Amino acid sequence: MEQPFDLTLIWAGIIAFGVMMYVLMDGFDLGQGILFPFAPDEHHRDVMMNSVAPVWDGNETWLVLGGAGLLAAFPLVYSVFLPALYIGVFLLLAGLIFRGVAFEFRFKAKTSKYLWNWAFAGGSTVAAFAQGAVVGAYIQGFETENFRYVGGALDWLTPFTVITGLGLVAGYALLGATWLIMKSEGEVQQWAYKLAPRLLLMVLVVFAIISVYTPFVDPYVKERWFSGFSAIWLLPVLALYCAFTIFKSLRKGQEGMPFVATMGLFLFTYLGLLASKWPYMVPPNYTLYDAASAFESQLFLLLGFLFVIPIVLAYTAWTYWIFRGKVKAGGYH
Amino acid sequence: MELDPLLLSRIQFAFVVCFHAIFPVFTIGLASFIAVLEALSFKTGNPLWQKLSKFWIQVFAVVFGMGVVSGIVMSFQFGTNWSNFSYATANFLGPVLSYEVVTAFFLEAAFLGVLLFGRDKVPQGVHLFAAIMVALGTFISSFWILSANSLMQTPDGLELRNGMYHVVSWADALFTASFAYRFIHMALASFLTAALVVAGVSAWFILQKREFATNRKALSIALWMLLILAPLQVVVGDFHGLNTLKHQPMKVAAMEGNWETGTGVPLILFAIPDQQAQTNHFELSVPKLASYVLTHDWDGEVPGLNEVAPEMQPPVFIVFWSFRIMVAMGLLMVVFAIWGLLLRYKGKYQHSRSFLQGLRLMSLSPFIAVLAGWVVTESGRAPWLIYEQMTHAEGLTPSLTGGMALFTLIGYIVVYALVFSAGVYYLLKVFRGGIEKANRPHEQQEFERPKRPFSAAHASLEEGDN
Repeated sequence: MEQPFDLTLIWAGIIAFGVMMYVLMDGFDLGQGILFPFAPDEHHRDVMMNSVAPVWDGNETWLVLGGAGLLAAFPLVYSVFLPALYIGVFLLLAGLIFRGVAFEFRFKAKTSKYLWNWAFAGGSTVAAFAQGAVVGAYIQGFETENFRYVGGALDWLTPFTVITGLGLVAGYALLGATWLIMKSEGEVQQWAYKLAPRLLLMVLVVFAIISVYTPFVDPYVKERWFSGFSAIWLLPVLALYCAFTIFKSLRKGQEGMPFVATMGLFLFTYLGLLASKWPYMVPPNYTLYDAASAFESQLFLLLGFLFVIPIVLAYTAWTYWIFRGKVKAGGYH
Repeated sequence: MELDPLLLSRIQFAFVVCFHAIFPVFTIGLASFIAVLEALSFKTGNPLWQKLSKFWIQVFAVVFGMGVVSGIVMSFQFGTNWSNFSYATANFLGPVLSYEVVTAFFLEAAFLGVLLFGRDKVPQGVHLFAAIMVALGTFISSFWILSANSLMQTPDGLELRNGMYHVVSWADALFTASFAYRFIHMALASFLTAALVVAGVSAWFILQKREFATNRKALSIALWMLLILAPLQVVVGDFHGLNTLKHQPMKVAAMEGNWETGTGVPLILFAIPDQQAQTNHFELSVPKLASYVLTHDWDGEVPGLNEVAPEMQPPVFIVFWSFRIMVAMGLLMVVFAIWGLLLRYKGKYQHSRSFLQGLRLMSLSPFIAVLAGWVVTESGRAPWLIYEQMTHAEGLTPSLTGGMALFTLIGYIVVYALVFSAGVYYLLKVFRGGIEKANRPHEQQEFERPKRPFSAAHASLEEGDN
């Protein structure tokens, strides 16, 4: 079938946007889990959990949609990434399940609270690490033959992916801390103010290591980065500007700006990654066009989305409106 | 020992999907029950209906939460263990699963918030509307997933080009030959599940003399449901079986334990099927009955397993016995439906201890029946993953080793065992709290939010009160 327009590109945009939304939304609440063990007492932990309670589990639905959407639009990504990251995917899902359940039961628990604290912290950290390792594995590329993954079970686990995993753990922790600054007050906020600059420093160190490391891991990226002047260098500059803004706004004691700037830091790093690998979706062999599903299927789903998504947004907005208004502070006790 | 990734992946999929299926099959029926209670409350204004609804909404919230958590694994399982299958069918399966999320999951999630926490925030009519939307969402969800499963059973509307199926007719692919039967059979199963759980729990409360009048009403509704649905399900199941005979004769042959094609085939009540010897041991049967049931002719010809090579036969023992377990549960339900009707005539169903105790046990029967039924239809398709198109072995992830599959199989068993124990333990606490606790005035807590199903239930995880 002759394709009248480039649906694959549209879908790539949708998926890229979806991934970014997921990372930002789930990032700050996974961040609460990562910071959980470092909180001075149970009061801090209650506030941390309360701050993300209303939003976290919508993300689970988005994750399921991400899995299904990828299968629909770019089946090759789905059928290469998941087998290649087999063990990592299991860790990710197990982590998400534990933290999800911990969320529910911690509020109901009294004597067993510490167990749910550990499930929440452990599950969140493992899930964040696994997501970071996925990013690293994407940069590394996959051993494929005839549209199938043919590598081993632990090929994805290299020093490089360990660093990207840790990088995302630090990144989510920073996102979590700046979120907490925005959403809390008093003692808890002070604690988050103290944490944030240290986390920012860690994030920058890890990002620097990854940036130096990447060209050695992937010659394609090296080529793209260093073959003459390219606009791609604008993105890390913008990311650094965001980092500087976080630092400045933290010193001034601003409440909203650190979180907004952290989102910017994530956004420009992410765009930098995409620009470095473009147009490869399953590196090193397959571009987004190789990975795409049939035109009819992409169209069938897109038409439905155009019709259904506005309705979904309308009734979701309506439910938010019903439950509008400020949530009282204090909370749990 | 050689670890077989194929066998381990099949065990893993069976485990994960069975574990998950328990929750939706209950919530689909329960959502409709709650919508009915809300409608009765809206229409009559009798506070009794709202009392019941408040309690069952709490139960729904916990079960729904467990379903969501266990469901996350499902959408990734296709890719991790069955990547060849996913890749080949992505043009169909991808859109179908995506549509399930956007048309059903979001609908359920949004309106569940209103149902759980909006009682005092929206007019009663709007609250009823939310209850209906949640029930509708559960049905839309089962529509998509059963459509996907039916395509694997009776494929249609697809064309294979360069190793990928392409959809040539969405109508044919979505509504395949077995879809309508499967959907109705499953919808009735969900209603039966809700009816029997409501009956069992109400019977337990009545035995304890708690909230007698209210629980008697719930029991009465559940028994009427059972009386209509249980016999209807037998009829629908029979039609589904005939549809299967037409499209997947080997599955029916395995269900009947019939090794050789013949006329006047007996209906086997008991046997130990022996796949190696291609025969049954200790067979106990009724002459000619299978021919009559399947062809409505005492001497009708019924296909046997010998029509295909032994390695192309489904696992007969599993299919044969799962089928018998399912049918036995179904007949037990009919027995209880009639027993309930007889007691009702004498006006004493709420006083018969043996009947009420029996109902308590029967609340497990629909879960057993549903799982057994799915084992029949899924194992009965073997060795095909997509019937007569792709085998299990062809659909498996090529890079998967036995060690990897064993690692995640054990992993999921451990994770689910922990989550499931906590969930069931908590659900039992909600049951113990009963209607009384669900209706106690309750100050809304900071952490109780519309997007968090569990926070609708007020029981504490440990002993004592909160």
